[in-house]
Amino acid sequence: MTLSQDLSSEVPVLDVRNLCTRFFTEAGVGKAVEDLSLCLRRGEILGLVGESGSGKTVAGFSLMGLIDPPGRVVSGQVLFEGVDLTALNERALRKLRGNRIAMIFQDPMMTLNPVLTIGTQMIETLRAHRRISRAEAWSRARDGLARVGIAAPEERLAAYPHQLSGGMRQRVAIAIALLNEPSLIIADEPTTALDVTIQAQILAEVQRLCRETGTALIWVTHDLAVVSGLADRIAVMYAGRLVEEGRTEAIIEQPLHPYTRGLIASVPSRNLRGERLRQIPGMTPSLMSLPEGCAFAPRCDRASEACRARAPVMETPASGRMVRCFHPLTAPEDRS
Amino acid sequence: MFVHILTRLFQSLVTMAAMAVLVFVGVFAIGNPVDLLINPEADQAEMAAAIARLGLDQPMWRQFLSFVSGLLQGNLGTSFVHNAPALGLILERMPATFELALLAMIFAIVIGVPAGLVAGLYPERLVGRGIMGASILGFSLPTFWVGLMLIMVFAVWLGWLPSTGRGETRSLFGIEFSFLTLDGLRHMFLPALNLAIFKVSLVTRLARAGTREVLLQDYVKFARAKGLSPARVIFVHVLKNMMIPVVTVIGLEFGSVMAFAVVTESIFAWPGMGKLLIESITRLDRPVIVAYLMLTVLLFVTINLIVDLVYSVFDPRVRLSESS
Amino acid sequence: MQRLWRQFRQSPVALISLAVLVAIIAAAVLAPLLAPQNPYDLRQIDVLDGTLPPGSQSLTGMTYLLGTDGQGRDMLSAILYGLRISIGVSATATIIALAIGMTLGMMAAYLGGRVDAVIMRLVDLQLSFPSMLIALILLALLGRGVDKVIVALVTVQWAYYARTVRGAALVERGKEYIEAAKCLRLSTPRIVFSHLMPNCLPPLIVVAMVQIAHAISLEATLSFLGVGVPVTQPSLGMLISNGFDFMMSGKYWISFFPGIALVVTVMSINLVGDRLRDLGNPRLNR
Ligand SMILES: Nc1ncnc2c1ncn2[C@@H]1O[C@H](COP(=O)(O)OP(=O)(O)OP(=O)(O)O)[C@@H](O)[C@H]1O
Ligand code: SF4
Ligand SMILES: [Mg+2]
Repeated sequence: MTLSQDLSSEVPVLDVRNLCTRFFTEAGVGKAVEDLSLCLRRGEILGLVGESGSGKTVAGFSLMGLIDPPGRVVSGQVLFEGVDLTALNERALRKLRGNRIAMIFQDPMMTLNPVLTIGTQMIETLRAHRRISRAEAWSRARDGLARVGIAAPEERLAAYPHQLSGGMRQRVAIAIALLNEPSLIIADEPTTALDVTIQAQILAEVQRLCRETGTALIWVTHDLAVVSGLADRIAVMYAGRLVEEGRTEAIIEQPLHPYTRGLIASVPSRNLRGERLRQIPGMTPSLMSLPEGCAFAPRCDRASEACRARAPVMETPASGRMVRCFHPLTAPEDRS
Repeated sequence: MFVHILTRLFQSLVTMAAMAVLVFVGVFAIGNPVDLLINPEADQAEMAAAIARLGLDQPMWRQFLSFVSGLLQGNLGTSFVHNAPALGLILERMPATFELALLAMIFAIVIGVPAGLVAGLYPERLVGRGIMGASILGFSLPTFWVGLMLIMVFAVWLGWLPSTGRGETRSLFGIEFSFLTLDGLRHMFLPALNLAIFKVSLVTRLARAGTREVLLQDYVKFARAKGLSPARVIFVHVLKNMMIPVVTVIGLEFGSVMAFAVVTESIFAWPGMGKLLIESITRLDRPVIVAYLMLTVLLFVTINLIVDLVYSVFDPRVRLSESS
Repeated sequence: MQRLWRQFRQSPVALISLAVLVAIIAAAVLAPLLAPQNPYDLRQIDVLDGTLPPGSQSLTGMTYLLGTDGQGRDMLSAILYGLRISIGVSATATIIALAIGMTLGMMAAYLGGRVDAVIMRLVDLQLSFPSMLIALILLALLGRGVDKVIVALVTVQWAYYARTVRGAALVERGKEYIEAAKCLRLSTPRIVFSHLMPNCLPPLIVVAMVQIAHAISLEATLSFLGVGVPVTQPSLGMLISNGFDFMMSGKYWISFFPGIALVVTVMSINLVGDRLRDLGNPRLNR
């Protein structure tokens, strides 16, 4: 975080420090997010990548203060525009949610309330945060829909969610997130449920909107290919921990962590012709019973005794680059 | 959609027909229709005349045909006691039962929905557990005994509310109603509360289950992520969804409330169709019983039909699955 | 079974309910031994002792713990005998309904086709009317009497069992051990009775618990309305009904105590049933 402050004198939009979130279930304690640190500046797009179950959604909810029992944020800070959200009460948090920080959920089919019209769900978002008349809220909602490329927005405002397609619903969710012009949006795999063409469209639109408004964006996905064309920086998560972070080109061109390398190798388009698609061997570990040392050790071809004995800490091998590994892939020839 | 309505209509007609056959078999084939339909105090000559008049000396299939044609013309026999058409007697008392049942339903919703909501929001806390305990108690309390206790406490000991009759009524569209006068409302309060007890428990349980289910949905979390106040999340986002199953069941239960009105009406001397039924049973006024039976069958089939159709109009999922 | 009992024990409420239930059943069975007097032996009761409040002394020096009714009967004794009739009638009806419902449900599941369609239509028809109404009309046509009450209670109950058994049997039928039994060429009745039946039992027991509580309540209601058991065999409902007339003059005990007995009985069955249902529901077994 000192790095980003060096790069620009302004206070970062988001500065997460050593955030830990755990689920206290009868089956044991699940360390869903462990020692998470992130930093985002105005207008910056961060891709948060990791396979299913790596804790991306939990990380997003933790930032919003929306973790419900049996889960709890146990330690760490979330500095949003300099204010620590973990120290705020529910009332103060509520003023920020949907207003300064917005979130787009993973499943577009489930995020809109089936018995309320799109208009109601948009207008309530506006009126929860500012004193405006219904008429004004309505016209803003209409403009909001138009902005995400929805045709005939007036009609859509009167529609119920089930009358819209999945892609349309996700656009509505995005429009809702943008309504109050937040300075941070957390988008949780907003396009996974959609087909490829619509996905590309939405991606382009979101990118444009962020550039226009200066909104910082965390784009959560398990698909490295999606974010490589979108994000300024990429953070890779594995089993609840950040394992590598850096500028997108740097990560793609020269991954330092064995897991990141594995992820890149399994992206079809990046494979050389004739080369076989590589899958990372092994399974994601259960968060209830993480191994003693590095969580990736059972699947890592570089694992040593040290890896199994102790957990590696985050290192900063180069400016703007972080990796959590005892034996990072340093030289280009290490790339296989 | 149209096909669906037709199918349901047809099913209802089949049910009606089946019940008519059952009633006919019960009254004419198994029971002795002479006992059932002719005043037991009649003498020999009257008896013979009545047998001829009712066609009881005819072969079974003729009797069935005349029974059915009577049904279709709305002729369900003549009361021995009141010496008037049975159907008319029942219809006359219907508004009293209807308004009582309606008020009971309102009680059930007004008490049950908030209780279920609270129990669903705080399932682990003392309030939540307390409400669930109370609802099991409500299920276990026999309606008639609760009625007696209500009378004892509120009418006999405290003397706050009257416990018999409809009180003052006022006419609306030519029908007398109690709910239009204060005295009438006071008279309605205890019987309606009594009738509501069981349904309060039912609604509470439904509302609790619904609340817990809805709370887990993504759209509730999304509503919170939008920064809405807890009041808005609970009273708009949760409540509206949770009410769907509650309203459906309430609709279906309306018939059962009318049935249980038999008990409440005889305790509170409420002059509705239920009290008439019990009086008819004790006085062996069989035509009224048969008429009551056919009328309730009609009522039930109609309620089921209406609820089903209304449901398929409002729930898009039902509508879609029907058309595919 | 052991596991079930261990889990059942974890809920104090259910455990207490079970204890109460066992006590009530014992009291009902042993009523002639426990009751201070035989309330239907006219030599033992004295009209002069009529409507005495709880705790009064009789002329012969006996204490009426729960008071006496209009004829001078000891209420405690009357309640014990009443419980006996209430539980006896309901339990008999439940057992008969269970037998009929299970047979029909099994037939529906196993024979399928037209038999299934006919039985299930009957079930639907039956269940679309409230049991209260069916029983009332039936008794109105049949007249009062213990046997007739049992017929009415069987009529309103069988459909629930038939539906439950059919549902469970359809699930069980597809499972491997039934296939194995078929391969061994065991006869159909043999498969049904020694293999299917035991596996359909758990859901059936839960339904039966709810239904027997319901039957006790229903019987009481019918007897209260004067269409149930005859005056010579007064169940709890009849006792409550007898007290109705006295209540207006503030003599609450004649209706109140039988009512309490009824509520406690029904409630303990419901609570035990609730617990059994929760244990049978894998979603709640975290
Ligand atoms: N309510 C909960 N109770 C217990 N554990 C939970 C709960 N929610 C999440 N977890 C744990 O947190 C882990 C991370 O879940 P999360 O939903 O954040 O993964 P994800 O990276 O978003 O995966 P996906 O790509 O499938 O969405 C899960 O493996 C799960 O074990
Ligand atoms: S720390 Fe060791 S085991 Fe973990 S990723 Fe690095 S090399 Fe592999
Ligand atoms: Mg996720």
